Amino acid sequence: MIQMSVLDVQNLKMYYKIGRGYVYAVDDVNFKVEKGVGLGLAGESGCGKSSIAITILRILPTNARIFGGKVIFEGKNVLTMDEAALRNQIRWGGISLVFQGAMNALNPVYRVEDQIIEAIRLHEPQTSKEEAKERVKKLFELVGMDPERSSNYPHEFSGGMRQRACIAMALACNPKLLIADEPGTALDVVVQAQTLKLLRELKEKLGLSMIVISHDLSIIAETCQKSAIMYAGWIVEYGDIVSIFKEPLHPYTQDLIGAFPSIHSKRTRLSYIPGSPPDLLNPPSGCRFHPRCKYAMEICKKEKPPLVEASSGHYVLCHLLTKR
Amino acid sequence: MDEVVKVENLKKYFPVSLGFFRTLTTRKELFVRAVDGINLKIKKGEIFGLAGESGSGKTTTGRLILRLIEPTAGKIFFNGQEITKIPGKNFKALRRKMQIIFQDPYESINPRFTIYDVISEPLHIQKIFNSEKEIEDAVFKALEAVKLAPPEVFIYRYPHELSGGQRQRVAVARALVLNPEFIVADEPVSMLDVSIRAEVLNLMTELREKTGVSFLYITHDLALARHICDTIGVMYLGKMMEMGTVEQVIGEPLHPYTQALIKAVPVPDPSSKRSEVVIKGEIPSPINPPSGCRFHTRCPSYIGDICKTKEPQLINVGGEHYVACHLYSK
Repeated sequence: MIQMSVLDVQNLKMYYKIGRGYVYAVDDVNFKVEKGVGLGLAGESGCGKSSIAITILRILPTNARIFGGKVIFEGKNVLTMDEAALRNQIRWGGISLVFQGAMNALNPVYRVEDQIIEAIRLHEPQTSKEEAKERVKKLFELVGMDPERSSNYPHEFSGGMRQRACIAMALACNPKLLIADEPGTALDVVVQAQTLKLLRELKEKLGLSMIVISHDLSIIAETCQKSAIMYAGWIVEYGDIVSIFKEPLHPYTQDLIGAFPSIHSKRTRLSYIPGSPPDLLNPPSGCRFHPRCKYAMEICKKEKPPLVEASSGHYVLCHLLTKR
Repeated sequence: MDEVVKVENLKKYFPVSLGFFRTLTTRKELFVRAVDGINLKIKKGEIFGLAGESGSGKTTTGRLILRLIEPTAGKIFFNGQEITKIPGKNFKALRRKMQIIFQDPYESINPRFTIYDVISEPLHIQKIFNSEKEIEDAVFKALEAVKLAPPEVFIYRYPHELSGGQRQRVAVARALVLNPEFIVADEPVSMLDVSIRAEVLNLMTELREKTGVSFLYITHDLALARHICDTIGVMYLGKMMEMGTVEQVIGEPLHPYTQALIKAVPVPDPSSKRSEVVIKGEIPSPINPPSGCRFHTRCPSYIGDICKTKEPQLINVGGEHYVACHLYSK
């Protein structure tokens, strides 16, 4: 490994404990994020995308448990740190998160400015209030908003502006890695395009590494260089975005890409994946995709497929590749 | 008569409630001009797509056509008959012929009803059949039509036992069981997972081929509309900006707004051109829409005072392609 990876996730397992057992939300997941590179985490709702994000930052609900694995951020394992170290080194200053649904992520009774100042002063206690205020103005300029409006309340902003304010807030302590959970979802196409453009520009300008979580492959194609496709708690395919979109090897990736019509392509009958995503409380045996897979074989029902490096840097979790 | 639905100059203004104090201090009554003078025709067996940003009046248009809300002005024709003034109590017979599929299958189905109850309820209300046996047959047929087979398995289930895609198919079956001629599908797939969206949409196109039912398909997703619809209308702040066949509107868009919308759609292909941001800002408030052309505040092809002062009319630019923009009016 010559290329420096900012984040290295190894064999990560995180399950939710509920009355009837465990929900296998993140189950043995491996991926890396290199410096200045965008990684897209794609998959359907309930496949564990957001669970990965909150595990990396260790902002888990009380019923979530980490069952193993490592999250190495700049050489240090996040999973073994104590709360103080997490606050000083990881959250906000190292890794920051733009939450899903920016419409509701801001506190409605505080000025946007004060919410960002609170974050700055909590993670960098030596900063004075005036300095923090100056920084908020700069952040607003950075995300293309009028700095004068930083003292507004969230309800005075439109949806797109709130999304920008959330991004500004996430950038408050100069993080190295930005995790954007469903950016652009619930926004109109035009505003969504503006948000995606902003993310691309920020990545260039600040040399940020990014993880973009989305169910929409086109959003990932617009913002990332690498992609990991998730299904039922597993990463089933991982690699360079061009090879994943142009030569998908996992049947699920192939079907998922097929389900995304392009506005520029010829009019066709849309394809879909029969069945529905599995219940992670009782995931299917063997390969979790086998009940919906058109190539399913006997072995798929029994054994979990191994992770195979199909070509350089392109990993696939499927029995089809070991058969050949 | 090959049009199922015709709408002339349809308007709906919702009054804005100002609160006690401001009603005392303000004289003027304020209105949200949700739909402001729309004309459209939907042919038999056609899927008409109504596209636009949120707040452009798409859903209001759909509900007005079904008379779920009363229009402020304008006329609605169904199979050549004007239905705008028919009083509610005489409207039941017409309801059989026009149905709606709502956006959210998690909220549009009564959770205490079994699937059988959900689908048979319209039959009981309309009193089409005399015996329960006939109703049962109709429910089974509807379930088979939406591929919830075998029907015996599904009829005793409750909505919470079904997945989102299955629920939406129940909603389609409920709309279908009365053999309607016209269905309003209000963002029928936006709440569903991508992998199963196409299943519901393909069902719509199949039903259209089999039964000749017409759809008003309300959507914000132009990429899906391109593959489903025959005709598309693009709305902005209660006005129709452009209307024509899919090939005309998506293939050769004329209105600057349509062009900007299409450029903003992200493409699921990492090697293709990135989506472009041609227009700035967000949709203005429909309470005080901009004067003249409503799009002039954001328009990249603004040509001068005429856009600010004069409202462009929807004109035919050849074929069945209509556009409301001063660039094309001589």
